[in-house]
Amino acid sequence: MSSEVTNPFETNDQERRGKKIELAVKYSTLAMTWLLIIPVLAIIIFLVYKAWPALSVEFLLDNPEKKMTAGGIWGPLIGTFFLVLVSLIIAAPIGILAGVYLNEFARDNWLTRFINLAVVNLAGVPSIVHGLFGLGAFVYFLGMDRCLLAASCTVAVMTLPVIITSTKEALASVPMSFRVACWNMGATKWQTIRTIVLPNSISGILTGVILQVARAAGETAPILFTGAMISSRIADSGWDAMVPYGLEDRFMALSYHLYIISTQWQNVPESFKFGTAAVMIGLVIAVNSLSIGFRIYLRARKKW
Amino acid sequence: MDYQVEFRDVSVSYGKDVALKNINLQIPKNEIFGIIGPANAGKTTFLKAINRTLEFIHSAKTKGEILFDGKNVQQIRNVYGLRRKVGVVFPLPVGLPMSIYENVAYAPRRSGIHDKQDLEEIVVRCLKQAMLWDEVKDRLDMLGTKLSGGQQQRLTIARALSHSPDVLCLDEFSIAIDPVTTMKIEDVLADLKDEMTIILVTNLVQQARRLADQTAFFNKSELIEVGPTEKIFTTPDNQLTYDYVTGDFG
Repeated sequence: MSSEVTNPFETNDQERRGKKIELAVKYSTLAMTWLLIIPVLAIIIFLVYKAWPALSVEFLLDNPEKKMTAGGIWGPLIGTFFLVLVSLIIAAPIGILAGVYLNEFARDNWLTRFINLAVVNLAGVPSIVHGLFGLGAFVYFLGMDRCLLAASCTVAVMTLPVIITSTKEALASVPMSFRVACWNMGATKWQTIRTIVLPNSISGILTGVILQVARAAGETAPILFTGAMISSRIADSGWDAMVPYGLEDRFMALSYHLYIISTQWQNVPESFKFGTAAVMIGLVIAVNSLSIGFRIYLRARKKW
Repeated sequence: MDYQVEFRDVSVSYGKDVALKNINLQIPKNEIFGIIGPANAGKTTFLKAINRTLEFIHSAKTKGEILFDGKNVQQIRNVYGLRRKVGVVFPLPVGLPMSIYENVAYAPRRSGIHDKQDLEEIVVRCLKQAMLWDEVKDRLDMLGTKLSGGQQQRLTIARALSHSPDVLCLDEFSIAIDPVTTMKIEDVLADLKDEMTIILVTNLVQQARRLADQTAFFNKSELIEVGPTEKIFTTPDNQLTYDYVTGDFG
């Protein structure tokens, strides 16, 4: 008698097929995720392995000697630091203010749409084109000559669109109802932005800016014609070693240095090339971790 | 007779969509003025036209004259001052992402009140009027957004009162509040009538009947009928109004 009782939850063919597809989708997406992680890990492990003989505190703090057959990478390292610093000092205020305008004040008309289109397209311009633009605009037209300032301006132009876009997105993530509530209490647009919108979007804005640090530090093409130089003598210690380049000086930079020692100079020890690359990757990872950590910290104290 | 708000042949459209059609209406001072009507009747647009927050909707176009205290609102230079004379409560609660205290002190600060004692007085008074004081008096530094929905709505009411408005606009304020609190706030509104004019947009027609001195019935962007509440609910002139208040609508 009991054998005649039918199970109401018995699976039919349709459900069995659904389950198979479910598993197939789950494992193929998992496989793609691993496919993504493996090259990253492989690059890092390979770089560190090859660079290991060179990596030391001296390698970071000494200047290159004898066409990079001795010494370290201090000159290029501090050059990259100043390049990033100056370019962000230029790009961050412009980009953030433009983002605030586009998201908070601009009406939806043809001009705004045109500006947004221009921003998106500017983000897609290849870096070498930025380099040539910088050469024409800053080095020749504005007569800056090749120098740290010209290179920083070029890198700033390159990072601007992403800073604008990330600022806009961060501002847009603040609910409209907060703004409406403030406007109804007689607050001006700027008062609303200052008291409600910016305090609650500053984390997203800064994350966008921090991510551009890695990009500004990594690109070679924009500084190639606008200010980077193969090698220059700078002081080995003291204040002059900390601030070796003025705004009107040409400078060394990690990305350009790596390009030169890997393709132009002979007899550079292999570990020095990989050491330079490892330091660059290390910087990128450090900056990105900083921004991720920052985001986690701020998300934990999200206010709604 | 002194009118607090007067609409003279006012039409509002969003692009091609007409939201209000030739509205003529007078709202006397120190009255509770009820507005009832189905969805899409133009009730919320009516409120937004008074304090000119319609201007934030770029497609909105207003025709006709809206007088606030006898002055044409379009000609008021200090629009922020006008908005502080109007307190608005929307259907969905909005706690601002700042402390409960700062939520209520926000508008007074914007209008230039910075004295700590004055601010505290305003905060306590408004929270009490909104029936929220007893629940939050020990945690005024808690985030306004962490309150429950009903508490946030009462916080919104406290905020609307914080700039001592001449007109309080309530747009279906009670949909997020429990019935007991709703009744308490209704009592408060009846008291507040001495200090300000209250415009009460509501989907609960009985709420209008309980509170309003006059009631207006809006339908499809038009003002169908306005009159003393008792008349609207018992012997309205218009058949549509009768159908709506008796629940025989549509």
